[in-house]
Amino acid sequence: MAETPPRTAAQKVALARHSARPGTRDFIDNLFTDFFEQKGDRLGGEDQSVLGGIALYHGRPVTVIGHHKGKNLNENLSCNFGMPNPEGYRKAQRLMRQAEKFSRPIITFVDTPGAYPGLEAEARGQGEAIASTLALMSTLTVPCVSIVTGEGGSGGALALAVANRVLMLENAVYSVLSPEGFASILWKDSSRHEEAAALMRLTADDLLDLKIIDEIIPEPEGGAHTDAEGIYRAVDRSLSAHLARLLKNPDCAEARYRKFRAMGGIVSAGKELL
Amino acid sequence: MISPFSQRRERLMDLKTQRESKAVQRNAAGACAGCGAAVEKQALANAAYVCPHCGRHHTIGAYLRLSLLLDPNSFTELDEHLTAPNVLNFPGYEEKRKALRRSTGLTEAVVTATGAIDGQPVVVAVLDSRFFMGSMGVAVGEKITRAVEHATLHALPLIIFSASGGARMQEGILSLMQMAKTSAALARFSQAGGLYISYLTHPTTGGVTASFASLGDITLAEPGALIGFAGPRVIEQTIGQKLPEGFQRSEYLEEHGFIDQIVPRAAMRETLSLLLRLHGKGDTSYG
Repeated sequence: MAETPPRTAAQKVALARHSARPGTRDFIDNLFTDFFEQKGDRLGGEDQSVLGGIALYHGRPVTVIGHHKGKNLNENLSCNFGMPNPEGYRKAQRLMRQAEKFSRPIITFVDTPGAYPGLEAEARGQGEAIASTLALMSTLTVPCVSIVTGEGGSGGALALAVANRVLMLENAVYSVLSPEGFASILWKDSSRHEEAAALMRLTADDLLDLKIIDEIIPEPEGGAHTDAEGIYRAVDRSLSAHLARLLKNPDCAEARYRKFRAMGGIVSAGKELL
Repeated sequence: MISPFSQRRERLMDLKTQRESKAVQRNAAGACAGCGAAVEKQALANAAYVCPHCGRHHTIGAYLRLSLLLDPNSFTELDEHLTAPNVLNFPGYEEKRKALRRSTGLTEAVVTATGAIDGQPVVVAVLDSRFFMGSMGVAVGEKITRAVEHATLHALPLIIFSASGGARMQEGILSLMQMAKTSAALARFSQAGGLYISYLTHPTTGGVTASFASLGDITLAEPGALIGFAGPRVIEQTIGQKLPEGFQRSEYLEEHGFIDQIVPRAAMRETLSLLLRLHGKGDTSYG
C-alpha cells in the first residue's frame, strides 16, 4: 500500500484552522483541574477572545492563558473568531503579573488568526497593547511554556508566546502574517495564498529547523480533531516534561532573554555588500 | 579636540546628507505634495523639508535627520555594515536589496549611531522608509537591539525615530521574532533605569508599532504622521466602511492618549535637548 504523501504547507494551514480542532477551552478542560476563570483587564474591558485564569496542573497551581476561538457562529461572534482587541492583551498582562506575584508558572495556548484589525482596536491602542505584553513577558521570572495549537498569526500570536519553551502541534502553523495577507502585500493578490504558504516556512518542521520552536507534538494521521484524547495525552507528556525541567532553572528570565536575543541567526558585517 | 577620524566621519555624513537632500527636492518637484503650492528648493531645505505654506512634513532620510539633530563632529555610526541572510530564499529579495543599497547609500532600513545634542551624549536609531518601507527584518532588529544594549552598557539615553511599514515580509517568521527581541532589550534597558524617547514619524505601522515604537518613556510624534497597528486598507476591508478623516494620524493618537506631545521638526532638536536635561542630575547645588 502506498504511503500518503506528506501534507503541503497549504493543507496544514487548512487543518490548523479546522473548526473541530481542539482549542484552548478543550486543553484547559482536559489537562488541568479546578480552573478558575479570571475576566477583565481592570481598565474597563473584557475580551472573550483571550481566555485565562488559575488552575491546577498535576496538582500545582499555574496561570493559564490562551486565545479563544468558538466552535460555532454564536461562540465565534462572542469571542471575535479568536482575534483579540487591546483588552485581551491587557487582561493577559494582568494575569501574568499575578502569576509573577504568586510564583505560578505560566502556560499559554496560541491559536489566533491575528490581533483584530478594527477601528476601535486602533483607537484603544492595539500596537501599545501588544508591545507592552511582549516587554512584560520577556521579564517574567516564572517559567513560561507556550503551545501553538492551531494558527499562530503574527504579532497577535507572538504576544502570548515569549516563553522559555515554545511547543507546537504537528499541523499547527506560525507565521509573520496569514498566507493571504502575505500574498496580498507582496504580490497584491491574496488568491496566491497557497504559493505564499509554501514559501513562508510556517510549518512546525520549518520552525524547528529555524529554532523558533523547541519541540513538535505529533498528531494522529487525520489531524488533532480525529483523536482529541490522544492529542491531550501527547500535549500533557511534552508539557509536563518541559515544565519539570524549567522549575529547576533558577533564572528563567535570563534564559528567556538569551533565547529570544539569539533569534535571527547569523548576521554578517562585511563591507563587500556595498 | 576634533580628531581626524571624526572629521572624516563628518565628511562622509555630509555626503550622505547631501545625497538625501537631493532626493527630497526631486520628489517635491517644485511643488509641495501636501498643498500643491510652489516651494523654492532652498526654502524647503532651509525649513528642514517642512512646507512653509501647509506645514507638511516631507519624508527625510536617516542621515539628513541625524545631521539636523546631532552636534557637529559628534556622529559615530554603529554596526554600519550589518546585514542578514535571505532565509526564505525569497525570489528577487537579494537583487532588490542590492539595488536599494546602491540607490540610497544605506545598508539597511535603520541607521544607529552615538552622538551628542547640546553636548549631552545619546544613542540614536533612525529608520529610513526609502529602504523596504523601513520594514524590520533581522538586520533592523539586530541593529536596534545592539543600540539598546550599547545604551544600557554605557548608561546613555536612547532616542529611536520610527518610520516603518512593519515586519519585513521577505524574512518571514524571523522578522516577527525581532519584535520580541527588541522589546525584551528595551524592557531590560528600562529596568536598568535607562531613558528611551520614541519619536514617531510618517508612517509607523505594523510590527514596529506593536514593539519598540510603543515602549518609550516619552513618546513624541511629527505632525500628520500615520501611526497604527493595522494599515488603513486592511481595516477598511475588515469593517467594510471608509475610515474617518484624520484616523490614525498623530493628532488622533494624541487625543486618544498614546502620545505625550506632537513636536514639529523645527522644534525637534530643542525638545529632545530639553528632555535630556530634564532626565539629568539637574542643579546639584540646590537642596
